[in-house]
Amino acid sequence: MRLTGARILMECLRAEGVEVFFGYPGGVVLPLYNTLGEYPDIKHVLVRHEQAAAHAADGYARVAGRTGVCLATSGPGATNLVTGITTAYMDSVPMVVLTGNVARDLIGRDGFQEADITGITLPITKHNYLLMRASEIAPAVKEAFHIASTGRKGPVLVDIPKDVFIEEAEWDGYPQGVSLRGYPIMDVPREEEVDRAAETINAAKKPIIIAGHGVVQSEAQEELVKFAELSDTPVLTTLLGISGMPEDHELSYGFLGMHGHFYANMAADRADVVIGIGMRFDDRAMGRFSDFNPTAKIVHIDIDPAEIGKNFVTHAPVNGDVKETLSRLLPQIELNRHPEWRAEIDQIMTQHPTDYIEEGTALSGPWLVQALAEATQGDSTIVTGVGQHQMWAAQYYPYTKQRQWVTSGGLGTMGYEVPAAMGAQFAQQEPIWSICGDGGFQMTSQELQTVADHNLPVRFAIFNNGFLGMVRQWQELFYEHNYHSVDLGQPDFVKLAEAYGVRGVRATTRAEAMQLFRDLEGYDGPVVIDFQLEREENVWPMVPAGAALSETIESAEDL
Amino acid sequence: MASRNTIVAHVEDRPGVLARVASLFRRRGFNIESLTVGHCEEPGLSRMTIVVDGDDHQVDQVCRQLFKLIDVVSVQDITYAPMLDRELALIKVSASNFNRREVLDVVEVFRADVVDVHAEALIIQVLGDEGKVDAAVRMFEQFGILEMVRTGRVAMRRGTETTKPPAISDSQQAAAAIRAMLGRRPEGVLPFASD
Repeated sequence: MRLTGARILMECLRAEGVEVFFGYPGGVVLPLYNTLGEYPDIKHVLVRHEQAAAHAADGYARVAGRTGVCLATSGPGATNLVTGITTAYMDSVPMVVLTGNVARDLIGRDGFQEADITGITLPITKHNYLLMRASEIAPAVKEAFHIASTGRKGPVLVDIPKDVFIEEAEWDGYPQGVSLRGYPIMDVPREEEVDRAAETINAAKKPIIIAGHGVVQSEAQEELVKFAELSDTPVLTTLLGISGMPEDHELSYGFLGMHGHFYANMAADRADVVIGIGMRFDDRAMGRFSDFNPTAKIVHIDIDPAEIGKNFVTHAPVNGDVKETLSRLLPQIELNRHPEWRAEIDQIMTQHPTDYIEEGTALSGPWLVQALAEATQGDSTIVTGVGQHQMWAAQYYPYTKQRQWVTSGGLGTMGYEVPAAMGAQFAQQEPIWSICGDGGFQMTSQELQTVADHNLPVRFAIFNNGFLGMVRQWQELFYEHNYHSVDLGQPDFVKLAEAYGVRGVRATTRAEAMQLFRDLEGYDGPVVIDFQLEREENVWPMVPAGAALSETIESAEDL
Repeated sequence: MASRNTIVAHVEDRPGVLARVASLFRRRGFNIESLTVGHCEEPGLSRMTIVVDGDDHQVDQVCRQLFKLIDVVSVQDITYAPMLDRELALIKVSASNFNRREVLDVVEVFRADVVDVHAEALIIQVLGDEGKVDAAVRMFEQFGILEMVRTGRVAMRRGTETTKPPAISDSQQAAAAIRAMLGRRPEGVLPFASD
């Protein structure tokens, strides 16, 4: 059967089981949009800015555990995706990005709305394609989904010129497999590596696990818990590893890093064996590399061989998928108990607790997250932007279920919270809570229209302190209180929401916030909540930039 | 210890592959001394010889990052393997009736070839490892080098060992073969152990 390139692409998406994708039309993708009506089972969500299409696909992918798909036209449409693609790349999120390009004979001639998007995205995609024939579409799309969703996951871009959408090619079904010689699946670890890791772990006196995004992506929570229980090893997570370990578990000790829990940072610093699982020993998590726990032996389990030994000398490297590796490691782990080590961390935890509630009526970030946790029974999917609100959401919400936590960790993309929550809402029925900064919200608030179009029950909780809070905190602490460009003017968020036909509400006190949480129960439409926070609250604890984890401070007086 | 290391990579012969490799080197800040690329015994693949400046850790990172590129089929660091490396240089040396004989003496010492003659200049082809080419260039400098081009290093393992990528369809075996190639320690010894 001969089909146009546009139909072949849609047949491929159908064969991949794509239920929803996020896009924005334009000149060169018109032949594709012309066929969308014939594929009603593949829902196209019209966003209001291409950046949002990429973030929405990313948010969807993280919550659904499937590959997210987005689409944009050539030139500005494609370049607007760049921030979203980079966000996904830095956090290893599986995504297939489709772009149109100018017709083949115009490529390289600076045609109208031409951009070399494969060149531009070379360093921010796992792989990309520029297809010059309709017959290349099916194999390339098959490869793109395969590459995006296996190994260390990531975004793959497929760029298709306008006339390739129109050109006909033979369609004899979706390709069954891929033949990628330079891309073997490395899920299964080598036995000797597993043996060595097991020996090291069994001999540990003060072990610690640092669980990263790989645990969530591999959906290995069950294996992780078993492993931790058997070896009696306290578990920390990285920022992106949050929700990989149920936080109500007695071996869960929070997350580590620049604004991680105090006891988590201390535990990582004092351990004799550090077991990194599906994480990459990033600078924000580990503090100053040269002074991170120099005597600890490092066991590192990761799917990406290039991450092993990148930042630290590794005593026991294991290259493999987290779930595969843990299930092979488990039979070799001896039942162990470390009461003294546990007591040591417990004591730090008692002296430096996180879950305090200050007295008062004013809305503070930590109080608000804890109140939200109570109102939602700690059960909601939380999406955040980047900044103070993100750190409070990470510190104070008790995550227990995998994929319950969605945040831009690696790239730290402000404005992620609105479109990512919008996209994520297509992956589940229960309302998603998008914890927004008042700065980030203003970056992408145009997506309220998309949310309204689909009547998505997202709750946008703006942690509104009228400041670019995290930058302000740095200016206060490290730049002699010299505030510049952080006092953000803002629209009336309630009116803004209402202008989009979205319910808008406001809370200025704790009592009002509590009342609001009750009012919203059962409401199945979108809501914007303007929580007016204390203006100059800081996030603690903190590892100052360039300091070691052992130098974590808990207030400005410690500086 | 910083030194010049030789890496051999096989890549799919597709448009844009060189740009991918170059982009990777640039963004990771790898210091590339030379890169030569050309056909090899297998149609559809190109073979790169890459000379990298750096310590063992940096070179290992280069190999691992390179291998992450989908179009890169195999990567092998052959710095410490018995191997042969060659470079070709064309050197246009100023040579007139007064000193041509002297130039030709140097040519002979280096077992180089004169490939073009002109009343005022000679083009000399030097073939050898980098050290030999360096030495020849130094000697010719006294006569005046008008122009020079060097190919950069190409290298091959000695004996029956090859750097050819494994022609394996089974993913498990491929993974094992690739892991064995990555990292410069012999099979069975884990890379980057601290002790």
